[in-house]
Amino acid sequence: MYVAVKGGERAIDNAHAWLAEERRGDLGVAELSVAQIRAQLSLAVNRVMAEGSLYDPDLAALAIKQARGDLIEAIFLIRAYRTTLPRLGASCPVDTAEMAVIRRISATFKDLPGGQVLGPTFDYTHRLLDFKLAAEGEVSQAATAPAAMEAVPHVMAMLDRDGMIEAEPLGNDVPADLTREPMELPGSRALRLQAITRGDEGFILSMAYSTQRGYGRTHAFVGELRIGAVAVEMEIPELGFAVEIGEIELTECETVNQFKGSKTEPPQFTRGYGLVFGQTERKAIAMSLVDRSLRWAELGEDYTGAPAQDEEFVLMHADNVQATGFLEHIKLPHYVDFQSELELVRRLRAEVFATQEAAE
Amino acid sequence: MTDQAYNFAYLDEQTKRMIRRAILKGVAVPGYQVPFASREMPMPYGWGTGGVQVTAACLTPDDTLKVIDQGADDTTNAVSIRKFFQRTAGVAVTEATAEATLIQTRHRIPEAALTTGQILVYQVPIPEPLRFLEPRETETRKMHELEEYGLIHVKLYEDIARHGTIATSYAYPVKVEGRYVMDPSPIPKFDNPKLSNSPALQLFGAGREQRIYALPPFTHVVSLDFDDHPFEPSKAPHDCDLCGAGESYLDEVIIDDLGGRMFVCSDTDFCRTRCEAGHLGALGVPVLKGGA
Repeated sequence: MYVAVKGGERAIDNAHAWLAEERRGDLGVAELSVAQIRAQLSLAVNRVMAEGSLYDPDLAALAIKQARGDLIEAIFLIRAYRTTLPRLGASCPVDTAEMAVIRRISATFKDLPGGQVLGPTFDYTHRLLDFKLAAEGEVSQAATAPAAMEAVPHVMAMLDRDGMIEAEPLGNDVPADLTREPMELPGSRALRLQAITRGDEGFILSMAYSTQRGYGRTHAFVGELRIGAVAVEMEIPELGFAVEIGEIELTECETVNQFKGSKTEPPQFTRGYGLVFGQTERKAIAMSLVDRSLRWAELGEDYTGAPAQDEEFVLMHADNVQATGFLEHIKLPHYVDFQSELELVRRLRAEVFATQEAAE
Repeated sequence: MTDQAYNFAYLDEQTKRMIRRAILKGVAVPGYQVPFASREMPMPYGWGTGGVQVTAACLTPDDTLKVIDQGADDTTNAVSIRKFFQRTAGVAVTEATAEATLIQTRHRIPEAALTTGQILVYQVPIPEPLRFLEPRETETRKMHELEEYGLIHVKLYEDIARHGTIATSYAYPVKVEGRYVMDPSPIPKFDNPKLSNSPALQLFGAGREQRIYALPPFTHVVSLDFDDHPFEPSKAPHDCDLCGAGESYLDEVIIDDLGGRMFVCSDTDFCRTRCEAGHLGALGVPVLKGGA
């Protein structure tokens, strides 16, 4: 005898208990601490902070632990937490020219004030598995030098001084906040940059890559890529001046792109911009390419129908928390709708068979 | 963090206020999709975050909440959402449609007629009825503004040309008070007639798509059709095998691997109430009132 399925609540509780057990894994292996994740999986932590839109390495590390290393799940945990936090105010714009850089490279100039600083990069490593790590070998100490006190001015500022790059004057507009207002399209560049910096790294990477392969065209030079700590300052109304409230690590990428100009307007290079929490250079570079690609209208370029030129397409599909939720919701029960389709298809089939029989 | 660290019904009051303003605008312009600043919720987008936000903004401590998914109170996601509000709002919950002051639903309208004062909150995946005809939001908003609904009629006509009938069986588009074409969420078209002139307030929440829309009580709602191909609500041509109901929407349950199947009410509260009242379907067993 058929009995309607009951007991969803007990099934859910049991499933979650099993999940917790699976997360912990083999009890014979030491438990991973949040501090270990924060310190040793820092690039994963950075990605979770960037796409979770919350700069807190401890919470990001906790989310990664809770999510069993599923970074999109961890990003979702951070987002759901972040949305409950009160807004105390907005900081002053961070001054990335004053960044304490750990890495700073330019692909457009061989040498420049502040120098080329490789920093802790995977670049030029040979991608050979290091079996010493499996044997728990400790690393040797890297060589150190006294910190250079030299200023590290932006490459773009140097190009700007000569008028070689489009000017980007400081604006006083308060940028829209896509976490507090529904996204309305077409959006401003500030809104697009917000959406892209918290967008899925894989999606933004592929969009950027597609422009390099000819779907749209960004012929970008990395004018400058810099990673380091910047001070966050906030105006305190009672004080009447800005005070430093903390420090965050950022990756900034500025690309120099094909020039525009005419007989009357002197040609100038154009900009693409990327700024992402933490050491996240793949994302920052990709972001600057996608930013540049989406600026086609403003720069008087042709729309070629390329996905990376299509603001609505990019902005509506960049968010992995939205994407994964909607994608995975199709595993929820749909039997009411499926039933209505079953009835429809059965009826249509019956009509076709009836017509065939009548014809015979 | 303890549950006490969250506000009543999870959302903070400012957010609720923002959502209530969107709801009021929706009520004032029936069928119009009001953009709202949807929040990330502690359940995934696509799993009812729009409905949950609308419910959270409407709930008061005196409310009695019912949550259904596919018409049933005991489907996993319904259980999960009900538990969320029990935990964050501590409101009374019920499975009885008549006892509920607020019902959150996915994919069904309860069989029992709703009454004045009740609120029915729908979870909506894609609020835009024109979305699969025109993927761009910038375009579809313009089409609504200009009441440019030719495309959807062409789609329905093409169905008839190809299949001899309108081949949309759920999320069947409706026109509200002669103005906005609206997606009723993926309810089977069997439920469409219940949208119109309902004494209850019907609210629709789409979290991921950041839209809220509404049908105030006694709003006139018409399912799109043609004079020579009138709208027909449809259901499986059977009676419920448990309670014998002939007028309720049915789920098909496969009971063996030899093609055996039975049909049962999708609305579990409706079915149980009938069984308890002594109605018996072909495969039902008599239920003792108050029994398991």
